[in-house]
Amino acid sequence: MLRYKLPPWLLLLLPAIVVLLAVVMLPLLLSLYSSFTSYRLTRPDSITNWIGLYNYEKALTDAKFWAAFGRTVLLLTVALNLEMLLGLGLALLVSKVTHGQRALRTMMMFPMMFSPVLVGFQFKFIFNDNVGLVNNALQSLGITQTAIPWLVDGNLAMFSIIFAEVWTSTSVFAILILAGLYAIPKDPLEAAKVDGCTSWQTFRHITLPFVMPFIYIAMAIRSLDVARAYDIVQIMTNGGPARRTELLWTLIGRTGYVDAKMGYANAMGYTSIFLAIFFTVYFFRKLTTARTELGMGG
Amino acid sequence: MDSNLSHRLKARALKLAHLATLFVAMSIICLPGLWIVLNSFRPTVEIMAKPPVWIPNELNLDHYRSMFGGIGEGGVPVLTYFMNSLVISVTSTVIALLVGMAGGYAFARYKFKGKAALFVGLMVTRAVPGVALSLPLFIVYARIGIIDTHFGMILTYVAMNVPFTVWLIDGFFRQVPKELAEAAEIDGCTRWQAFWRVEFPVAKAGIASAGIFAFLTSWNEYALASQLTRSVTSKTMPVGLLDFTSEFTLNWGGMCALAVLMIIPALVLTFLVQKHLIAGLTFGGVKG
Repeated sequence: MLRYKLPPWLLLLLPAIVVLLAVVMLPLLLSLYSSFTSYRLTRPDSITNWIGLYNYEKALTDAKFWAAFGRTVLLLTVALNLEMLLGLGLALLVSKVTHGQRALRTMMMFPMMFSPVLVGFQFKFIFNDNVGLVNNALQSLGITQTAIPWLVDGNLAMFSIIFAEVWTSTSVFAILILAGLYAIPKDPLEAAKVDGCTSWQTFRHITLPFVMPFIYIAMAIRSLDVARAYDIVQIMTNGGPARRTELLWTLIGRTGYVDAKMGYANAMGYTSIFLAIFFTVYFFRKLTTARTELGMGG
Repeated sequence: MDSNLSHRLKARALKLAHLATLFVAMSIICLPGLWIVLNSFRPTVEIMAKPPVWIPNELNLDHYRSMFGGIGEGGVPVLTYFMNSLVISVTSTVIALLVGMAGGYAFARYKFKGKAALFVGLMVTRAVPGVALSLPLFIVYARIGIIDTHFGMILTYVAMNVPFTVWLIDGFFRQVPKELAEAAEIDGCTRWQAFWRVEFPVAKAGIASAGIFAFLTSWNEYALASQLTRSVTSKTMPVGLLDFTSEFTLNWGGMCALAVLMIIPALVLTFLVQKHLIAGLTFGGVKG
């Protein structure tokens, strides 16, 4: 009796592969297919109505789509860079502390435990123009008499969202960079001191290159879940006022469920998937380069 | 003497500035959460008061009492949502861990063709944004009739967590020297026994932290849950939080109480795992 036996590694990986095929790949293929049809939730038979690249053409010529696209890229760029800088600053501050570093580290991780929905809700409350903490404080201190419409004015709403986003994720950077700071060998730092480097020179030429891989890891991890911003935006402004804070993800959700245009929404969804993959691959490549430069190997 | 003094003053000023900056940064990190906790104990009248009441006159458990009593705060069945969240998160975490252990072990211990490609493939599935995935999943689940069920949510979260658990557990198994398991096999263990008696206990702490990550992801997830759950039978707490906003007036106090209920398990688990959290992330990434 000859029975074909699977190699053990495949057997072990099979559950993971099956689950991911069923829950991620299959639906994605379906959505790829439906993005070429005029599928609407309200008319299920429209899924067979093949319309070619029409949805993609429509998306690419849709001003609303490009506005949301631009805003998403803007949010990602501003938020990721701010988080990186603040995280680096925070990590340096904490690493210089001599007593109670453990407690500080624990406090630093506080925002990481918050569900993005909670973060959205929390800042919706804090930035509320009527009962929010920010306006209450400003008014009690006499800085302003009128209530500032944090979430009602387009630009201020974008600011509030970025603030919320940065608040939750700076700690991811800070924690990872701190881990990097601990891992720096002491010899080069001492050598720099002996050679009379200023503290800026030491930071720029020794600390920073060593910490760089950790920054890229944080970037890669973060760009994997940037779509978390969907939850925050959904709760804080729901894309409003008048679509001023509409991001790709809220636009997709709205088109798919509220307007029931599933095919069109899936076409836009693919664009956002490519955006996420692009960012992730970009940072992973940077990570590999930084690693080889430091001789850590792959 | 003079330069000595000025040098000392400068050092002291620097130290003061350092502490002040640190204090401000930590306040910004901690205040929003504390504000939520504080408001969950305040009566609605005081939350809405104009001009604002800074020093609370009265703190009570009203919001918690109405949340757990009978129908729930403002008609929101918080207790049911809590149970849904718990069942879904725990089950999906256990399954994701088992699948992740098998996968991580395969990546750490076996050599095979296309290993790197398969690994990248697994990670890329993690990059698919929840919203983009929720549309086709909604269609599929509606078709096979597992929408708005615990089973559907568990399946979804297992798939969401598997890439990450595989990645983390792979890193932890790699830290276990191969020789340990080989020695056990020479001593007469089967591979299976060697795994459970030698490799698993060494990597246990790391696996636990992967589990907590998976639990937190499921516990906090919103984008998929908001589309794939429709009613009390499977709605989780993050989705339930929105029930407070759908009404004409916002029940801030009730929302805060629910928020606190959501944070506590996350807080406890993160404290338990914080050491492994950093180790896991950096080992997986840098030394990977």
